[in-house]
Amino acid sequence: MGAAWTIARKDLKQRLRDRSAYIIGIVAPLGLALVFGFVLNPLSGFEFEGRYAVVDLDRGPVSQIFIENVLGAAERIEVIEVGTVAEAEALVDTEVSPLGGTEGTETADAAIIFPAGFSADVQSERPVAIQVIGNQGSETEAGIAVAMVEGYASELTSVRVAVATVENLVGAEVDRLATGVAVLQTPNPVTVLDDTASTKQLDGVTFYAAGMAIFFLFFTVQSGITGLLEEQRAGTMARLLSSPISRTSVLGGKMLSAFLVGLVSMAVLFVATTFAVDADWGPPLGVALLVLAAIVAAIGIVSIIAGFARSGEQATAIGSMIGMVLGFLGGTFFDVSQAGGLLASLRFVSPHGWFMQGLADLRSDDLTVVVVPVLAMLGFGVITGAIGVSRLRKGLRP
Amino acid sequence: MTVASGEPVLECSGIRKSFGDHAAVKGVGFSIAHGETYGLLGPNGAGKTTTISMISGLLEPDAGEIRLAGEPMTPDSTHTKRLVGLVPQDLAIYPDLDATENLEFFGRLQGMKGAELDRRVAEVLEIIELTDRAGDRTEQYSGGMKRRLNIGVGLLHRPTLLILDEPTVGVDPQSRNAILDSVERLGEEGMAVLYTTHYMEEAERLCDRIGIVDQGELIAEGTQADLVRIVGQRDRLTLTATGSLAATAAALGELEVVDDAGVAGDEIVLIVDQAHDHLPRILEMAARTGSMVKSVDVDSADLESVFLKLTGRALRE
Ligand SMILES: Nc1ncnc2c1ncn2[C@@H]1O[C@H](COP(=O)(O)OP(=O)(O)OP(=O)(O)O)[C@@H](O)[C@H]1O
Ligand SMILES: [Mg+2]
Repeated sequence: MGAAWTIARKDLKQRLRDRSAYIIGIVAPLGLALVFGFVLNPLSGFEFEGRYAVVDLDRGPVSQIFIENVLGAAERIEVIEVGTVAEAEALVDTEVSPLGGTEGTETADAAIIFPAGFSADVQSERPVAIQVIGNQGSETEAGIAVAMVEGYASELTSVRVAVATVENLVGAEVDRLATGVAVLQTPNPVTVLDDTASTKQLDGVTFYAAGMAIFFLFFTVQSGITGLLEEQRAGTMARLLSSPISRTSVLGGKMLSAFLVGLVSMAVLFVATTFAVDADWGPPLGVALLVLAAIVAAIGIVSIIAGFARSGEQATAIGSMIGMVLGFLGGTFFDVSQAGGLLASLRFVSPHGWFMQGLADLRSDDLTVVVVPVLAMLGFGVITGAIGVSRLRKGLRP
Repeated sequence: MTVASGEPVLECSGIRKSFGDHAAVKGVGFSIAHGETYGLLGPNGAGKTTTISMISGLLEPDAGEIRLAGEPMTPDSTHTKRLVGLVPQDLAIYPDLDATENLEFFGRLQGMKGAELDRRVAEVLEIIELTDRAGDRTEQYSGGMKRRLNIGVGLLHRPTLLILDEPTVGVDPQSRNAILDSVERLGEEGMAVLYTTHYMEEAERLCDRIGIVDQGELIAEGTQADLVRIVGQRDRLTLTATGSLAATAAALGELEVVDDAGVAGDEIVLIVDQAHDHLPRILEMAARTGSMVKSVDVDSADLESVFLKLTGRALRE
C-alpha cells in the first residue's frame, strides 16, 4: 500500500503540472456546462442576449435541427436568417461604417454558416465544418456561438460513432441519416423543462452540468490509467518493475491516482455549476454515492480497454470511441430517457445512463433510490475491472 | 583487480530467453564477485539487454538460474530486487519532474525515507554533478545531463550490484568521460558493477573481467590479458579505405599471413602476424581488389581483434 500511495502521489504531482489534465477534467466540462447553463437559465443572473445571423446553404435536416432545436430553444437568442455569406459578413462587420452611416444599421454578434451539402457530408462521414464569424465588438456573445456550435459538432461526432457501432453490432446497414435525425430530434431537455419537482427529470441546466461532468469523467480517468502505458513509453516502467515493490502496487498506484483525479474534477464541477448556474444536482450524499460509483465504473471500463490494447495510442483511441458511445447511449448529450423505445432502454448498457437516471431519481429526495444505479455502476466497474486488472497485471512489462 | 571474497554477488547459469521463435539469449552463465566490475561486450542485438533484464528481474528466463548474493531472482522476488540498481539503456526518468523529485520518488520505492533519503539525494546530486540544476524539470536538461540522472537513480539506494546498460550511448565526449570516471570510482569504492557496451575501449578501461557475447551466446570470458591471448602475438591492422571493401576483405582473408579479416564502416580490420613485414603485399592486394586505402594503423592485438578472431566479424557495425 505504501508503494501504491507513493506512485499515486507522484502521478498527482504530474497531473497538476499537465495543462491537458485541467482541460479535460475541469475546463471543457465546466465551460460547456456554463455556456449551456447561461444560455438556458435566465435566472442565473447572467444578462445574456445574442443576435446571430445564420446562413443555411445546406437546407438539410442536420442544419435545420441546429437552427430550430438548439438556437431556437434558447429564449434570449434572436436568429436572423440571411441568404448569403456576404450578407452575414456585413452584419458582423462593425469596422466598416458606411459613408453617411445609416443610423440603426442592423448588426449581429456572430454569423453561423452551414455550407452547402452539410447534411449529406455528415451522413457520408466526410469531414464537415460549420463556420462561425464573430463580431469583434461582442466577444462574449460570439464566444457562446462558438461553444454552441462546438457542442453540436461533438454531438454529431458521437452520433456518428454510435450509429457506426450499432451497425457493426447488428451487422447491418442502418439508414444513418434517418437514425441520426431521429436521435437529434429527441427533445432537447430545455424544451421539456418542467419545474415541478415530481416529474423526476433534470432541468436543462443540471442536465448539462451532470451530463458534461460524467462524459468528461471517463476521459479524465482514462488518461490516468493509460499512464501505465505512458510509463512504458517513457522507459520508467523498467524502473518500477525492478524496484522492490509488487506489480499490484504499480497497478494500484495508477488506479488510486485515477480515482483521486476523477473525484477532484467531479467535486469542482459539482461546486462550480451549483454556484455559477444554479445547477441542482440533488442531496449531496446521494450525489456523492453516485459519483463514487461512476468513478469505479469508469476505472473498470478503462482498465479492460488498456488491458487488451496493444499500445497507449490504441488504448486512447479505442477508449475515446467507447467513451463517446457510452456517453451518447447514456444520454449525456440528449435526454434519451425522453426518446422512448429502444434508445431509451439502451441507455442502461452504459454507466453514464445509470448515473443520469440516478440523479433524476434523486429529485424525489429519497436517498434509497440511488441504490440500484449505484449497484449497477459498481457492477460495471467490478466486472470490467477484474478482467482488466488481471490482464494488465500479467501484461506489465518494461 | 579485486579478489573475490565469499559468495559471489551475482551467479547465473544457463539462462535462456526466446521472443517467439527468435532465441535472443541461448544459455548464458557468468558470475561477479564483490567489488568486481564485469563487462558484457557485444554488438547490437547480441542479447545484452535481454540478459540484464532477466538478471534485474524484469523478464522471466525460459530456463536457467539467477542468484544475487545467494537469493534467487525472478520477476516476483521483491526482496532480491533491493540488491540491484538498474540503469536502463533507454532513459528512464520523468521529464515533467525535476532531478530531486525523480530521485526522491525512486528512493521511496526502494524503501528510503526522511532525513536519510534527503541526505542521499543530495549526495547523489553531487556525484552526478547536477546540484545546480536539481530544481529544473528534466525535460530542460541536455542529453548528457539526463544520462547522468539516469545513472544517479540507479545508485541512490547503494545497491550491492549496479547494472549499467550502455550508459554512454549517444553522449557527447565530455559527458562520456564524466560517466566513465564515476563508474571507475564506484568500482574502486567496492561496488560490484555489471557494465554492458559495444565499445571495446570502455570495456578495456573499466572492467576487471569481460564476457564477449554474440548472437545470444557468451563466446569468451576473462581478463583483458586472458582474452587477448586468444589472438596470440598478432597485430591488428586497420585500413581506412573507400571502394569495394567487402571484396578486398574477402581477398585479404585468403592470404596465409592474415588470420581474420572484417569490415567495420569505412575500415577493413585484419589480424596479421608481423603486420609491418607484410604491409606492402597487403596494400598491393587492396589496390588490386578495388579499394583506395587512405590510411593504415597497426596496433597490437586488442578486444576488437579477439571478437574478429572468434566471430569472423568486426565488433562495430
Ligand atoms: N521484447 C522483444 N520482443 C522481440 N524481440 C526482442 C525483444 N527484445 C529483444 N529482442 C530481440 O532479441 C535480440 C537481442 O536483443 P537485445 O536488446 O538483448 O540486444 P543488445 O545486445 O542489448 O543490443 P543493443 O546493443 O542494440 O542494445 C535482438 O534480436 C532483438 O531484436
Ligand atoms: Mg541493449
